[in-house]
Amino acid sequence: MRQHLLALLAKEPAHGYELKLALEQIFGEAYPSPNIGQIYVTLKRLEQDGLVQSEDVEQANRPNKKVYELTADGRDALRAWVEEPGEGPRVRDDFFVKLILAPMAGLADRMELINLQRRHYLGIMRSLAGLQASADREDTPARLLIEGAMLHLQADLDWLERCQEELV
Amino acid sequence: MSRSAPKGLQFPLPSLEADAAADAPPALLRTRGLVKVYRAEGVAVEAVRGVDVEVAIGEFVAIMGPSGSGKSTLLHVLGGLEPATRGEIWLRGQRVDKLSTAAWALLRRRHVGFMFQFFNLLSNMTVADNVELPALLAGATPRQARKRREELLGELGLAAKAGAAPARLSGGEQQRVALARALANEPSLLLADEPTGNLDSSNTRDVLRLLQRTHDRGQAILLVTHDARVASLADRVINLFDGMVSDDSPVMRIPRPVSSVRDILELHS
Repeated sequence: MRQHLLALLAKEPAHGYELKLALEQIFGEAYPSPNIGQIYVTLKRLEQDGLVQSEDVEQANRPNKKVYELTADGRDALRAWVEEPGEGPRVRDDFFVKLILAPMAGLADRMELINLQRRHYLGIMRSLAGLQASADREDTPARLLIEGAMLHLQADLDWLERCQEELV
Repeated sequence: MSRSAPKGLQFPLPSLEADAAADAPPALLRTRGLVKVYRAEGVAVEAVRGVDVEVAIGEFVAIMGPSGSGKSTLLHVLGGLEPATRGEIWLRGQRVDKLSTAAWALLRRRHVGFMFQFFNLLSNMTVADNVELPALLAGATPRQARKRREELLGELGLAAKAGAAPARLSGGEQQRVALARALANEPSLLLADEPTGNLDSSNTRDVLRLLQRTHDRGQAILLVTHDARVASLADRVINLFDGMVSDDSPVMRIPRPVSSVRDILELHS
């Protein structure tokens, strides 16, 4: 969440609760509901690391609020994050290791393992399809996230077929 | 959507085979020990090697499997496009693999819609005529056929293309026309080979919706697909491997379904 908060602060200074609202507004459902306590803790750590600085702003009849802004180091850290490519392909490591090792140990039949995994993927796909059908058309981030999950799942299934061709 | 009696079943239902258990759902289509051997340059290739499949009335079954596993061949044999080498095919309680070519063609025209992988649209007829033809051949009045055609092309976003020649359509459009044609006579069984094979994601959604609606209307579907979105709609998925059934299982309800977008992020972590 560190970089996410830095990115929001690059636009304009804000206090913790404003950051929570901004995440909710931009991503809709496509972001795990940000916990306000977690946001405050993260901001405090970012400040200790010199990536943000805060200023106490007085409020009438209420405790002061801390408004955070990005430092020069913070901007560098953010740029480094933005420029770094995302993670590489995700392979179901645990399943793959199981597929290779379990038959060697006489614990399972590869065809059975592949069948079980395929059924599981198709079950997830069905539930994603239901989610897609009920998704808000206006909520673009959510729709793209669902479509991304479906495409990953399709790749997992195609790869399962390759495993079947080569290993069974 | 409520599940009403399929409109396509204008003919009396078959009497059950004598050996069928009394409480088993009546099979619309079933095979026993189906084998298809090709001869390519004198070498025998066994594409389908002893397949038993069954599709109940109104059931939606998807066939998956690696390329070359015999999926399309199986579908072609079931659709009567190629003769079986051995084994039995029963449609609506009637053994069809022993019928004359003409008798089987007549039965198919009434009960089976077929969507090929390569569309096979008639190039000298308009899109509208291509779609109406099977309904007319099956005995619909011109008025009924036109109404059905308008509905189907509308549902697939192709109403504006009714007067066009198939050659003027994109691959994805031709594919959807082929699906509309396969459904024109309201078949009790739709056979389809990769119905979303050439489609982008928005056209795929139209096709998925039409398949779902077809299923909801009580028509049975047996299709070959690589597309997990299509397969996940099915009641049951058959996996074919090396010309044999390697898995035949209902699509599972997973223990923790993905019920919100947030769950997707957890799937990834």
